[in-house]
Order: sequence, then structure tokens, then C-alpha cells
Amino acid sequence: MVTTETPLEAELHRLAGSVPDPELPVLTLDELGVLRGVRVDGPDKVTVRLTPTYTGCPAIEAMSADIERVLLDHGVAEVSVVTVLAPAWSTDNISDEGRRKLAEFGIAPPRQGGGPGGPVPLTLSVRCPHCGSTDTELLSRFSSTACKALRRCVACREPFDHFKEL
Amino acid sequence: MTAALALGDDALVLSHRLGEWAGHAPVLEEEVALANIALDLLGQARMLLSFVGDEDQLAYLREERAFRNVQLVEQPNGDFAHTMARQLYFSVYQHLLYEELAAGEGEFADLAAKAVKEVAYHRDHAEQWVLRLGDGTAESHERMQLGLDALWRFTGELFEPVGGVDIDRSALSDRWLAAVTSVVERATLTVPSGPQSGAWAAGAGRQGLHTEPFGRMLAEMQHLHRSHPGASW
Repeated sequence: MVTTETPLEAELHRLAGSVPDPELPVLTLDELGVLRGVRVDGPDKVTVRLTPTYTGCPAIEAMSADIERVLLDHGVAEVSVVTVLAPAWSTDNISDEGRRKLAEFGIAPPRQGGGPGGPVPLTLSVRCPHCGSTDTELLSRFSSTACKALRRCVACREPFDHFKEL
Repeated sequence: MTAALALGDDALVLSHRLGEWAGHAPVLEEEVALANIALDLLGQARMLLSFVGDEDQLAYLREERAFRNVQLVEQPNGDFAHTMARQLYFSVYQHLLYEELAAGEGEFADLAAKAVKEVAYHRDHAEQWVLRLGDGTAESHERMQLGLDALWRFTGELFEPVGGVDIDRSALSDRWLAAVTSVVERATLTVPSGPQSGAWAAGAGRQGLHTEPFGRMLAEMQHLHRSHPGASW
């Protein structure tokens, strides 16, 4: 967003951004990096711009409903949540705090440097969130949700999810 | 409109076919992988069909001849190798196509820029399986080759012009063939030699003509919505 937010918009942004992700409740929407802006369009009318992680991510509907509820509870009379695609969301949009929380939760955070096919991700190993070993192997590119891959730690033998780079 | 319908129907129909593997995949990880790929495609389909009109109306209430998907994506799953052959042919095509659309300024640029990152994983998944099956046992090698051969005649249709998609189709076809050939040869398999298009090949899906299994697939996909219009949970 090029335009700057008014103090009221920043306050509403903070509220909307504090909503937990429905599938990864350790993260807030702000830490996940999916909130693209909040605009006050008129008296008691607010538009929130939200971007999906994956085009088919079913969580986007729950996110929209949660944002609406939080802002309505705050006293906003009319909330509309619109989905924006560009610029496309990337795992690089996850904040440092978000990455830390993911690892703490047992999910290896995505590596910096963007999506599949990039030169960086394939050369850096993924660290086991349980024992910290970097000796881990890929079991499947797809895991419990579209945004994760399934890996196993060779050192402690525990399987774990890895938030894969996008 | 034509383009959104064509690309949207490709994604929708392949999504449904991949969803049919739920409960049938050889291992749990593959079941999850195929369902995830299907979900990505469904998301793309919803956005593309929304360019045209109401997504539910379009998906559940159109007759067979109103669908504009290529015939490749409607082909039944067959065995796992057959499905991987279909995945290889389609995901390489879709990846190259979306890369090009994402670099342009057309109406699909934003969606393509997003979807191309998802499709890169689909392509990688298909390539890895073709390599493993082709360069695996005698049985897996034979089945992988059978899958590639059986679906080859449906690949020419991928490169027919689609109104509203302004790209060089013949260059796309060349790049697709080079990419597919590279994987197939590394997998110790043979690139099929039959015609990809012409009188002995298939492909009139873009005109609304579909192969016989498609009607049955649609019946299954649409019957719930048709029996209970507007139902939701």
C-alpha cells in the first residue's frame, strides 16, 4: 500500500491483524502477512484487503468472517473484506516473529528467498523443529495443508511439517 | 470470456479427477499430495470462472457441451502411472503457460503470477514420479510407458489457440516438448511417436466436444447440487 493509514485505520488494522490464523492459530494474520490494508470509506464503513496464501486456501473464508466479527465487535457498523491477488503472497511475507512462533509450534519455518525453483531454498537444509538437527529429509512435497511439506529428521527420527517456500 | 472459461474448466475438471483418488491412492502421502494439488486447481478454477459469471452455476449447472476444457484433463485416472502421465503433460503445459501470462499485462496476469508458484510444485511432483516409476522396476517402467503412450494423442489440443490468450502457441509447444522429452528420457522411457494432433489424434474439448467418460464424471460432480439446489454446510 502506497497510501498511509490514518490513526483510526492503523488502530483497525492492528485489530484485524491480531486475528489468529484459523489453521495455524499460533500465528496472527499480521504475522502471516496476508493483511494488505484497512481503509475507512465513510462513517462506520470499513474495507479490509486480504490476500490468500494459496488460491485454493479454504481458510480465507474463515479469516474474512473472523475479521468482520472483530471489527463489528469494536463498533464498526459495516465491514467488507475484499480479496486481492497482486502482488502475490509469498512466504517471505511471514514476519520474523511469525517464523519464530512456527518453529516453537513444531513447524519448520519457510526459508527466505521465495518460491519453488529459486536458487536458494534447495541448497539450505531445513532444521528439525524438535532437536535442531539440519540432517532432515523430504517425505512428501504436500502435507496436512497445501502450504506445508512433510519431512523427517534423520537424527531424532521425528516427522515434522515444513512451511514450504512459496 | 472464452479464455477464462477454457482455463477455468481445465482446472475444475482436473481438480475433480484428482479428487477421485481420495481413499484410493497407493500411500497416504500421495493421497494428501493429490488432494492438495486438486485444491490448488479448484482455487484457480473458482477465480477464473468468477471472471465469467457465478462459479456454482457454471460448475454445477452447465451441460457437457458447454464445457471448454481440453480432453486431456477429463480422461479417467487409470492406474497411478496413468495419472502421473496426465499430470506431467498438463502441469508442464500449465506451468509454462502461467509463466508467460504472469509476465504479460493481460487480465489473467495477477492470477497467473500467484498460480504459477503453486503449479511449480505440481510439476515437480509429476516429474519426480515419472522418474521414479520409469527408472524403477520392470513393472513400473512398463506401466509408466503405457500411461505416456495412451495420453499422447490428447496433448496436441493443449496448443490450439484460445481466444483472449495472446501468446505464441507454437513456441509454447516447442518448450513443452523439450521439457517433457528431458524428463521422459531421464526416466529411461520413450517419448511417444504417434501424432499429437490431426485426424488420428483427439481434441475438440475447446469446442465443447468431449470424450465418453466425461458425461459420467459430470453426472457425479453435479448430481448433489442438482438434487439439492443451493444446499450448503
